Amino acid sequence: MNFIVEHYNYWIVVFLMMVGFYIVISANNLVKKIVGLNVFQTSVFIMYISIGKVTGGSAPIAAEGITTYSNPLPHVLILTAIVVGVATTAVGLALIVRIKRAYGTVEENEFEHKEELI
Amino acid sequence: MTEIIDLVLLAMLAITALSVIFIKDLFTVVMLFGIYSFLSALIFVNLDAVDVAFTEASVGAGISTVLMLGTLALTGREEKSSSRKTTLPLLVVCVTGAALIYGTLDMPPFGDPNNPAQQHVAPRYINDSPREIGLPNMVTSVLASYRGFDTLGETAVVFAAAIGVLSLLGLPKQDRTVIQSGLKSHLVLRVVAKMIIPLILLFALYVQFHGDYGPGGGFQAGVIAAAALILYALVFGLPVATHVVPPKVLKILAALGVLIYAGTGVVSLFLSANFLDYSVLASNPVAGQHIGIIAIELGVGITVFAAMLSIFYAFAGQAERKNIQ
Amino acid sequence: MLEIISSALLILGAFFSLTGAVGLFKFPDFFTRVHAASVTDSIATILIILGLMLRSDFDLVLVKLLFILVFMLLTGPAAAHALAKSARHGGLLTLAETRGNKKESDD
Repeated sequence: MNFIVEHYNYWIVVFLMMVGFYIVISANNLVKKIVGLNVFQTSVFIMYISIGKVTGGSAPIAAEGITTYSNPLPHVLILTAIVVGVATTAVGLALIVRIKRAYGTVEENEFEHKEELI
Repeated sequence: MTEIIDLVLLAMLAITALSVIFIKDLFTVVMLFGIYSFLSALIFVNLDAVDVAFTEASVGAGISTVLMLGTLALTGREEKSSSRKTTLPLLVVCVTGAALIYGTLDMPPFGDPNNPAQQHVAPRYINDSPREIGLPNMVTSVLASYRGFDTLGETAVVFAAAIGVLSLLGLPKQDRTVIQSGLKSHLVLRVVAKMIIPLILLFALYVQFHGDYGPGGGFQAGVIAAAALILYALVFGLPVATHVVPPKVLKILAALGVLIYAGTGVVSLFLSANFLDYSVLASNPVAGQHIGIIAIELGVGITVFAAMLSIFYAFAGQAERKNIQ
Repeated sequence: MLEIISSALLILGAFFSLTGAVGLFKFPDFFTRVHAASVTDSIATILIILGLMLRSDFDLVLVKLLFILVFMLLTGPAAAHALAKSARHGGLLTLAETRGNKKESDD
């Protein structure tokens, strides 16, 4: 029972990762693939922050009367990762707009074998 | 008690992510992704990561959702069902998931203070950073001073993304003739937007300069300020918004932010210290750290604001060109 | 004493939120659902933030909570209005109008 409580966070993270992975490899629409990629990224963030948490600690902001703090290092890494994630999403969505303009569709099975552009 | 909140929130997150697979209407999928982002921001608050929660709520649930909706306006709302078999992806996903769960069986218990992750560098940051840097917010002091070089790379990535989107889509031309467009007949929204937008910009300034004492900093402030101007563009129309903040100014601002950041590092070089070593910027090392951190957070905020707003202009300009309201 | 009042306010706010969620499932039509969600959202916000304000001393946290209350009361109804207006603009009919159309086409 204790084992389940200790590892519940990680199992849910693995489940979310696999859901995001499944959306990326099996969705037909490109926008849905980008949504799946973001689901995958956010699950990885939750994993890092779970590793840095200390039970009974508080947020890593120095204040009077608090002795234990949670680890600030994963927070810094994930802050960078979130911003880089949104930058990647923006470029991916711009590519989708151009694909729509070039092929007329964003469904993968329709433009996969197309040779001529519109 | 926090464990129960943790359990319930993670279960809700799992249900939301699972429903994204089965829904065909892409508008619903994007809204569910917004809900997923907000739920993960709540989980981050529960796990004591307040800075990360702030960034995830503003960036993930704010800007990402807006950009995806902008793309949907150009590509269409329905996903057509495909004739592909789903057995192979399901098999791959199950095998990978099983391998990962087998890997997590060895992981240290959640929240244990004796984890290996809490041992090496973290105690040094927690014990020494209030004394060496003098800021209460340890995440800002690690982000801006101890790991300042990584943050310079991150600002450069945001700038590169803005360049990438602009080279793919292009900015809208500033139209000198058409001024009035947008939601002219929507009086309630115009009045509320006029009341709210100055307050949002003020809040962005507060978050920018208060990042040393509480959650906040350059990234969140830049995104909030961009969100205020995106609201203005949505309610009053893109041509008016391009008159208020012209795209040429945004291009200059995006580069200016990165210049301020790297320039602070070069100034430290000229004062005979390492690159991005702020202790030499003033007579007192702690005051020098404060000056350096304020300067680079300003650079980060300016770049993120200009990059997010120009990306939005690029998407919205495409929609205007196709004449979609 | 203050603890009891603030706990009662928080529980009442949570109850109104729950009724809003139940209304989202039970109501038959889009516009009635928007009404359920936004009205219960406003009252739940007021009660929960008042309950939280009673728990903090008279310092910066109280002022921040007051600002949050003002902003949420300003933007919540405006968002519901925007939702309903855009649905109407897109051509969505209310339940009474759909029934009226169906009766005309049946006759």
